[in-house]
Amino acid sequence: METLSVAGLRKAYDGVPVLQGLTFELRPGECYGLLGPNGAGKTTTLRCALGLTAPDAGEVRLSGLPVPSRAREARMRVGIVPQMDNLDPDFTAAENLLVYGRYFGLAERAVRARIPHLLDFAGLAGRAEAKISALSGGMKRRLTLARALVNDPDLLILDEPTTGLDPQARHLIWERLKQLLQQGKTVLLTTHFMDEAERLCHRLAIMDNGRFIAQGSPRELIAAHIEPEVVEVYGEPGEMSAAAWAQAEAAQFATRVEVAGETAFCYLTESRPLLRHLASQRGLRYLHRPANLEDVFLKLTGRDLRD
Amino acid sequence: MGHFRPPSLSLRFIPVWRRNFLVWHKLAIPSILGNLADPMVYMLGLGYGIGTLLPEVGGVPYIAFLAAGAVCFSTMNSATFETLYSAFSRMQVQRTWEAILNAPVSLDDLLLGELVWAASKACLSGAAILAVAALLGLVHSPLALWALPLIFLAGLAFAALGLVMTALAPSFDFFMYYFTLFVTPMTLLSGVFFPVEQLPAAFQALSSLLPLSHAVKLTRPLFFGEVPAQAWLHVAVLAGYAFAAFWLALGLARRRLLR
Repeated sequence: METLSVAGLRKAYDGVPVLQGLTFELRPGECYGLLGPNGAGKTTTLRCALGLTAPDAGEVRLSGLPVPSRAREARMRVGIVPQMDNLDPDFTAAENLLVYGRYFGLAERAVRARIPHLLDFAGLAGRAEAKISALSGGMKRRLTLARALVNDPDLLILDEPTTGLDPQARHLIWERLKQLLQQGKTVLLTTHFMDEAERLCHRLAIMDNGRFIAQGSPRELIAAHIEPEVVEVYGEPGEMSAAAWAQAEAAQFATRVEVAGETAFCYLTESRPLLRHLASQRGLRYLHRPANLEDVFLKLTGRDLRD
Repeated sequence: MGHFRPPSLSLRFIPVWRRNFLVWHKLAIPSILGNLADPMVYMLGLGYGIGTLLPEVGGVPYIAFLAAGAVCFSTMNSATFETLYSAFSRMQVQRTWEAILNAPVSLDDLLLGELVWAASKACLSGAAILAVAALLGLVHSPLALWALPLIFLAGLAFAALGLVMTALAPSFDFFMYYFTLFVTPMTLLSGVFFPVEQLPAAFQALSSLLPLSHAVKLTRPLFFGEVPAQAWLHVAVLAGYAFAAFWLALGLARRRLLR
């Protein structure tokens, strides 16, 4: 079942390019991630994919239909979890699901029959009559996820699904998404949490300035772009500066060194010599860990702030 | 085709209408009372207060003259408040529109749902005043029931104008201009409180352009058992306002939300 394919997508706002030729296609049953700093074009990509804005150039097919020309029909088979909660505050949890089901033209009886199951899936059993204002942030997110499933979609699109949630709430969302993937649903998500992408995504694309700068599975990206191990070195206040140490010593141990403020990031394939050296250094602390997607991301998109 | 291409409408507006109905249904009693209060105060306060000081107006007691005006005034107010404050809140504050647009509902359907909903609510507000007027013996003919479809049409016109403002508004404050520069002058120029014939010729000409004026000219004769003169002209003007303003509102909303 074809869910979403995008080819040569371009879009500019007031002459400023936001999307500069994106091409990707979702495979059935996979979780595909769009990663990028703020302003990279993730949300604009989703809006184009849903037919909520027309691209300047390029082709989008959603649920096998051309978008935006047949966007309304195409969205029949899609569920969406937006970045900001937009549950209906005038309704209870159950009413939110019922009213949303009507937008899909679903039979009232069919939606009513699904509501207990959906609430249960969202961990909101027994809260059918709860007012939205009485729900916590995590509960609202889960209800939004349940709402996105009201039409039993083939494709689920989530825009930063766990931003602002506590760890328990994030883990619950991740578990539910894994369940949905096991049921055969295709998932497209945007995030700037690398651990989230690493956990959930079969494939992902790192975006910056409206372009894909890398695509692949999390493992492939780590293997292709970064040394396997990382040692982060911090100076103890008043004793030694990590930056000064890095300038004097780091090059002989590490393949690549990045200094950011009071931390030296040493990327290397063989960490033992460096660890022996650090053990003899007074006034320095360090953390030794395997390289992860965040290292790839920072290498490719830089450490400068994006506002 | 730009944002101002013709509307492409479907029955998907109905779930949007039903969404608003369900919200209203929960708060129906205070909502109806709120809608009734303002025009009732005008009708009864002015009607009995000023009415006792006046000889007959247009050949009838002043309060009977005022009744049809109050029905139209109530219709206009209700459609305007719904499409300004309530719709803006759904668009901007609650993000209800954003959620709806993620479902298989187009912006055209959504706006049509808001338009028909506001006109429905306006019709109900007008009907409530009509019922009160009938209870007070101010309605002299069953022909007055024709006012109901006509105020629904007027509701569509005022709702469409309101949606234009909502599509343009940066914040709630913006709506003050619409009231002070358009709604209030229109109310005074449209024969709601006194016959338009009392006005200087220039104002009468201006009055003939205003949708409220046409709504009043359609409604008032019906209360006294007369068929309005040039009824089709007034209907055509209201329908024209509704259609043109809806198209404009839709174009502006597309430019704002689908960029």
